[in-house]
Amino acid sequence: MGAYAAASFVAWFAAAGFAPWMSIIALFMASVAVAALLAPLVERGLLRVFYGRDEVLLVLVTYALFLILEDATKLIWGANPYFVSAPYALFGNVQVGEQAYVGYDFALVVVAAVCGIGVWWGLNRTRIGKVVLAVIHSAEVASSMGVNVSRVYTFAFMFGIFLAALGGALTAPMISVQPGVSVSVVIVSFAVVIIGGLGSIEGAAIGALIVGLARALAVHTWPPAELFSIYLAMAIVLVFRPEGLFLRVKARRI
Amino acid sequence: MKRIEALLIGGLFAAGSACAQETFKLGVVSFLSGSAAESFGVPAVNGAKAVIEAFNKGQAPAPYNKVGFGGVRIEPVYVDENGGATKQVQELRNLYDRDKVDAVVGYVGSGDCLAVAPVAEEMKKFLILYDCGTPRIFEDGKYSYVFRTASHAVMDNVALARYLKARSIKAGSINYINQDYAWGHDSRNDFKAAAAQLFPGSKAQTDLLPKFGAGQYGTEISALLAQPADLTHTSLWGGDLQAFVLQAGPRDLFKRTQVVISAGDHVLPGLGDKMPDGVILGARGAYGLMSPKSALNDWWWKLYEDANKVYPVQAPYRMVQSLLGLKLAVEKAMVANGGKKPSPEQLAAALKGSEWESPAGRIRMNLADGHQATQDTAIGRTKYDAAKKMVTLVDIQRFPADCVNPPPGVKGEDWIKGGFAGAKCP
Repeated sequence: MGAYAAASFVAWFAAAGFAPWMSIIALFMASVAVAALLAPLVERGLLRVFYGRDEVLLVLVTYALFLILEDATKLIWGANPYFVSAPYALFGNVQVGEQAYVGYDFALVVVAAVCGIGVWWGLNRTRIGKVVLAVIHSAEVASSMGVNVSRVYTFAFMFGIFLAALGGALTAPMISVQPGVSVSVVIVSFAVVIIGGLGSIEGAAIGALIVGLARALAVHTWPPAELFSIYLAMAIVLVFRPEGLFLRVKARRI
Repeated sequence: MKRIEALLIGGLFAAGSACAQETFKLGVVSFLSGSAAESFGVPAVNGAKAVIEAFNKGQAPAPYNKVGFGGVRIEPVYVDENGGATKQVQELRNLYDRDKVDAVVGYVGSGDCLAVAPVAEEMKKFLILYDCGTPRIFEDGKYSYVFRTASHAVMDNVALARYLKARSIKAGSINYINQDYAWGHDSRNDFKAAAAQLFPGSKAQTDLLPKFGAGQYGTEISALLAQPADLTHTSLWGGDLQAFVLQAGPRDLFKRTQVVISAGDHVLPGLGDKMPDGVILGARGAYGLMSPKSALNDWWWKLYEDANKVYPVQAPYRMVQSLLGLKLAVEKAMVANGGKKPSPEQLAAALKGSEWESPAGRIRMNLADGHQATQDTAIGRTKYDAAKKMVTLVDIQRFPADCVNPPPGVKGEDWIKGGFAGAKCP
């Protein structure tokens, strides 16, 4: 959704005659728009019903939603691909030794680091973040302390959607945006989250680095092992840390 | 009203022998969703729709001017090829059993073709594979009810290598990036073998096989650039090829190495000025911008362009050539069957070993005991035309079918490794 919205926003910005650097702003606006429109709808309309039930059920529901949204993108944007490559050339090329890299790719690394640190800081060092953590630990106790639990759920979900849409929007310039782009992302993110440990931001960051480096190492040294390398890394981590590298401290339930 | 007219005319042409209500049910399978939809499935189906409509109105040029198939109106059933080989096997069974189609034309993916061919054979139903590339279907298997009305991938890679040789393009070292399934492996092996024949001493360097639908090639491009070769060969196609070009372009891959694409014309309308100049590519036949001048081609080009506002590329060309061949086969079989709709066996007998004119030149079912077609092909080089705002192809060189396809009875790989024995090149 983020990638498609980005495609539309960048196209609108270009049509409206804004300067090319403004397309970066278009990418961010696209993510905000997706979060503002989609999150309340999904959270209030669908996920609310399933709170309090088994988490596995929630996973199934969100996966079903993913399939529905994938088809919805086809209804809205059609099967034809969109090219949003305007922002890709904005940062020029960087020469590292023999290789030329696109500046945009480095900019993405910076954005990812900023997002990761920002979310970590927000969750662990601010009042809102601590309230969110409290609700995750125990919605019941949090609400008895005077926290508006449903609002926290909506806010957290909306923020999550925003980050996901931002991911899609920032990837859009590198690819041809067309149906099916999201499937491969889901699989790799699954590996990343499992390696890092569910619910841990530093875990996800390190998991992403491990998966990325494992893949790159395989491609450069032994290409046939490319896909396998991701799962090998996952298996090795799980052998020693069955719950992932970083596990959030669980509140003891009485 | 038009439909009633068509039915009436259809009835007249059938000379009273076939019921006016009777239709020829035709299953058409191609990617309607997924990453191969935009550049392959949808254009192919758009081509099928335009041609079937023209057939049903009797508006195609002679000898294709009978209404429908021999007076029987064609009733198409479109099915999505997306979802993998297992699903396609089920969908094909449904087409024959539930929809009661008389014939199926379909399949872009080599994996799908390998899976569905034995099913049609087992069910004794008529199947035309219109696009997929892997030579193994008829080289490793033998079928009575299954046909492929276009050349297999051996032609594409042999033609590429011959083009490079003819133009003395340096090929001392070669990098490869192909998808990790039948099409990618076969294409790489064929090009490697052809390069070994035509450029003795050429050395294969980096050999990458990313998975189908990977979409992100940052690491692969780094690996290709780490050891730049004279040539970089790829058989990526559809969304994968578009993504690769978008990502490799800004990183100067196209300036450091001569990129050759075995099937690339289908991404040209979509990519536009994002396609670098000087890329050497084929279209898996003399298709699109490389198609030959003929009255039939002019008719087809206009028919497709009017309906879709874009010129036809590989997939619709392969679709129309299969439908033209099927049309003549059905009509021949109907004559043999006393004017009635033919059985799968009669259809197979009519198509086997036949020849017909297509917009891309003559199609001859002369391999695999009359089940596998050969055709002419062409290779060209990209050049963006800023005035027309489209990619054009220059330095186009044509290759007759007998120059780039193995002769009957010889496996493609053996033919290449044996030094192209029997090839007839101008």
